[in-house]
Amino acid sequence: MTSLGFAEQLVVDRVSVRYGGVLALDAVSLEVPPATVVGLIGPNGAGKTTLINAVTGVVRPASGTIALGEARLDRLSQHRVARAGIARTYQNIRLFGALSVADNVRAGAYRRRGTLSDDAVRELLTRAMVRDHELERRAGTLPYGEQRRLEIARALASEPHVLLLDEPAAGMNPRESGELRALIRAVARLGTGILLVEHDMSLVTAVCDHVLVLNFGETIAQGTPAQVARDPAVIEAYLGTGAADSEHR
Amino acid sequence: MFEFFAHHSKLIDQIGINALLALSLSISLRAGSLALAQAAFMGIAAYVSSIGAVHLGWNLGGAALAGALAAALVAAVLALPIGRLRGVFLAIATIGFGEITRIIAINWPITGGAEGLSGIPNDANTLSIYGTLAVVGFAIFLFGRTKLALAVAATREDESAARGVGIDVAGVRMGTLVAGAIVAGLAGALYAHSNFFITPGDFGFGRMEQVLVMCVIGGVTSSLGAVLGALLMTVLPELVRFLHDYREVSSGAILLGIILFSPAGIAGLWQRRT
Repeated sequence: MTSLGFAEQLVVDRVSVRYGGVLALDAVSLEVPPATVVGLIGPNGAGKTTLINAVTGVVRPASGTIALGEARLDRLSQHRVARAGIARTYQNIRLFGALSVADNVRAGAYRRRGTLSDDAVRELLTRAMVRDHELERRAGTLPYGEQRRLEIARALASEPHVLLLDEPAAGMNPRESGELRALIRAVARLGTGILLVEHDMSLVTAVCDHVLVLNFGETIAQGTPAQVARDPAVIEAYLGTGAADSEHR
Repeated sequence: MFEFFAHHSKLIDQIGINALLALSLSISLRAGSLALAQAAFMGIAAYVSSIGAVHLGWNLGGAALAGALAAALVAAVLALPIGRLRGVFLAIATIGFGEITRIIAINWPITGGAEGLSGIPNDANTLSIYGTLAVVGFAIFLFGRTKLALAVAATREDESAARGVGIDVAGVRMGTLVAGAIVAGLAGALYAHSNFFITPGDFGFGRMEQVLVMCVIGGVTSSLGAVLGALLMTVLPELVRFLHDYREVSSGAILLGIILFSPAGIAGLWQRRT
């Protein structure tokens, strides 16, 4: 279990990412301190996934730095970033479908010494609120919501410093997303920093300490969820020009 | 009993060698790489061990180890250019590599060319072949209990997610290719040393296809399945000798039947299907 005080802070400093001639991220900075939930929102194509890809080493920033505590991440390959202590879940679930539930969790703990006992696997499943504890069941045969939670259990198994959640509430019903809220808070309380990319604004408002809003690769606002929700630039980005004016009238 | 072995010792040796070849391919397949270079690795080791035995007087053990080592080195170098290839593209590139190897074997004077290399000491026997098979099988069994085996399986399932948990996917793929080359190399050396003489044609695409069929029939990711596939595909042509020129049809028919009725191969018959 990640204990309070041992997590490192993730610092993204003026990171830009180019895809050919397109500037997908333009000097974006953010920090994810331990035990904090940071929300990352913005319209489709705003650069949220690009930022996650830059942090996890899938794409290389054209400029800027990414660091976890003292360690620079921006020149590392994907698996080295993961070994440094960054865990993630995916927008489209990416479990090891033909492997057992237990092996999925054990694979998550790959960066740690040794292998997890069955009891340790069950404990992680409980933490991630996976209901079915049949360890030998093939992960691909679980229902959708369970697969999402198993993916979180796999990510937690690595005892990450920072956990990146890419639209974890997608496809969840209101009850499940209510549970997810409790789960995210519980994980953060134990010291892990969380970067949450999410469209579900009620979830973002409920769990985030800090929110960053991207649009066209630029940061257009940041602050507490309440501050961001009132920001004219955010309202304009989401609802179009003119909406912010009418709001102020 | 003894008479049975005496009569069929050649066939029994062949089963053991084919089982080694099928195991070597199943190692790559476990990581999800359709790398079809086993026949070439086998050939490289067969020639290195035979030339060493014929010209330098190496004994079987030394010759087999040198052959396996040579195959491993070639595999490690081959892993670099094919590192980014997947699926059918990887298959085509590795088949191409196999052809290059075969053509070099035909044209390089030291190999004896198309006419083959003869005078190889016939010092591999049933004991050395099955001893090697047992050691390789045990090594694979032990490996299966390590964390690296999980890394191999995760790589097969989803490379991107595997990287996401810290698995060095490129390393896994290179490691399985080299490990497979060592096993194929041992098989090649044993093959050469139980046959007096070898030709480049012994290690061509036909051989590769045969090994792939053994693995598909056995169940691509199962070691026991690979061995059973090798057993079936080696014995079957002997059992249907009465079909004369049509006996090759039997292996085609079995392959078709397996793909249609048990896509997970023989291993699929006992593995849980959930």
